[in-house]
Amino acid sequence: MGNGVTGMTGDKSLEMDGLKGTLAEKILSRACGKAVKAGDYVFASIDAAMIHDITGPLAIKAFKEIAGEDGKVWDASRIVIAFDHQVPADSVSAAENHKMLRKFAEEQGILNYDVHEGIAHQIMVEKGHVLPGMVVVGADSHTCMYGALGAFATGIGSTDMGSVFALGKLWFKVPETVKFVISGKLGKHVYGKDVILKLIGIVGADGANYKACEFAGEVVEKMSMSERLTMSNMVIEMGGKAGIIQPDKVTEDYLRSIGVDFQIPEWLRSDEDAKYRTVELDVTGMEPQVAKPHRVDNVVGVGEVEGVRVDQVFIGSCTNGRYEDLKVAAEFLKGEKIAKNVRLIVIPATRTQYMQALKDGLIDVFVEAGAIVEFPSCGPCMGGSFGLIASGEVSVSTSNRNFVGRQGSPEGRIYLVSPATAAATAIYGEITDPRKVK
Amino acid sequence: MKLTGKAWKFGDDISTDHITPGRYYHLRSKMEELAKHVMEDADPEFPKKMKPGDFIVAGKNFGMGSSREHAPLALKIAGVSAIIAKSFARIFYRNAINIGLPVLIADTDAIEEGDELEVDLSTGVIKNLTKGSEIKAKPMPKVMIRILQEGGLVNFVKKHGDLAV
Repeated sequence: MGNGVTGMTGDKSLEMDGLKGTLAEKILSRACGKAVKAGDYVFASIDAAMIHDITGPLAIKAFKEIAGEDGKVWDASRIVIAFDHQVPADSVSAAENHKMLRKFAEEQGILNYDVHEGIAHQIMVEKGHVLPGMVVVGADSHTCMYGALGAFATGIGSTDMGSVFALGKLWFKVPETVKFVISGKLGKHVYGKDVILKLIGIVGADGANYKACEFAGEVVEKMSMSERLTMSNMVIEMGGKAGIIQPDKVTEDYLRSIGVDFQIPEWLRSDEDAKYRTVELDVTGMEPQVAKPHRVDNVVGVGEVEGVRVDQVFIGSCTNGRYEDLKVAAEFLKGEKIAKNVRLIVIPATRTQYMQALKDGLIDVFVEAGAIVEFPSCGPCMGGSFGLIASGEVSVSTSNRNFVGRQGSPEGRIYLVSPATAAATAIYGEITDPRKVK
Repeated sequence: MKLTGKAWKFGDDISTDHITPGRYYHLRSKMEELAKHVMEDADPEFPKKMKPGDFIVAGKNFGMGSSREHAPLALKIAGVSAIIAKSFARIFYRNAINIGLPVLIADTDAIEEGDELEVDLSTGVIKNLTKGSEIKAKPMPKVMIRILQEGGLVNFVKKHGDLAV
């Protein structure tokens, strides 16, 4: 096992091999020790839990109200604390929150990734805290990202988390599943980000509310782990409770690359005869996609918004801040200069991604092109720390939300795109189809 | 339990960023201060004109976005007595119940801004005192009613030592 991985909890007495169902049904069945179906209310064991610097303090408050000032968490080895929203501390109040969280981590013996490590979600994945088949909860809505590894991972609030800290369990309604089957062939400079934006545009911001999503089909099978993580990350933008991809060789290879030797159990697959609503998409010929202000489901092909003047470009976030994303952006920016009057902010998701980008010269490319490279964090996507936009300004961003005020002024406008479209846009200072650049 | 107050009307897909904008997150350890900006990005005048006891009445997918509990908490601290919407985003719905803020699912089309409402939480009956009409909210899942009856999840777990459903 890799860095600090704790294996799965759960009732071993349940015979999983004969069980049929969706991935969500099967994973929740294992975690509560009995065969359950969509619509059932269950009380499931939690395999891993994450809090960060924004939602952590309230979770600890709830936990202490339940368990008392000196209460102990159910299993410190299954909890991760990571600071990523206001790092390094951008205010005295942020510093005080960090101090409180550090103290709690130390008292309880919980692993704490401090201000230097990066975005919690990417840490959970690359440090091996998530394994296929696990039930993982995080006090952040983009926890659904870990579904790319075949886990049932979902965002919860702080009070739910306080109760998880105390009991190691949480109640769930077993969700129905929407299966997205993606066929065809992705064109040049069209990525997982474009596919997920397109899907959100099709089903709408509440199109998968309360539902688990599964991504399948030849396009998903061929996707790298990085692109799968981008897809699963954004299921919450259609209301999804989880975004699960059946683990396969890509998953196993990825886990091996981070030092986790894990054999995918036979039962962990989505059964053909399980009950799904299916949404099919053929991506052949699909152009790069853009979510226009102020809704993530306000999605159009890049051709429709080409030429929109841009003030700031942000490449980063849990959605698209991995090495692979930075590499795509650097391929566009190598030897180029960003447009006058455009600010380009590049933020590697974690220290690990940052180091790899440094080693391969990507950071040189960004700085030479005129970008500001910031330390690993949520950056402008937090909307209250740094890299904010003013009224009337336009941000083009590889992150996951373009809601009013998300990156600063409520009178700003945010367009969501892939790293390729973002990099091409930074060069020309207006929304640009990356296929016309390279 | 019956609640009475005025309806403040909002549309579909009100996000957690509308409810508690990120730029005020430095106030998150002073929730009373954060609550003074609640819903500001959906209606800048809302924090000034709403009165404790009033209702938020909205369209579909209320509370979409973040898992930040500061969003329902700021509404509760500002004095909003309940939210009535056509549907709620999943995490927000759960969070609201967990902190003891009633959330009701009902067809809100007939309610207009400024209408005086009387909401009976035990029956789900929403009386529009201004219009003399009445609608009924969808029954809540049993587990949620139990949590709400105890005043939220913390009290529930404290009392029962567990949350088996």
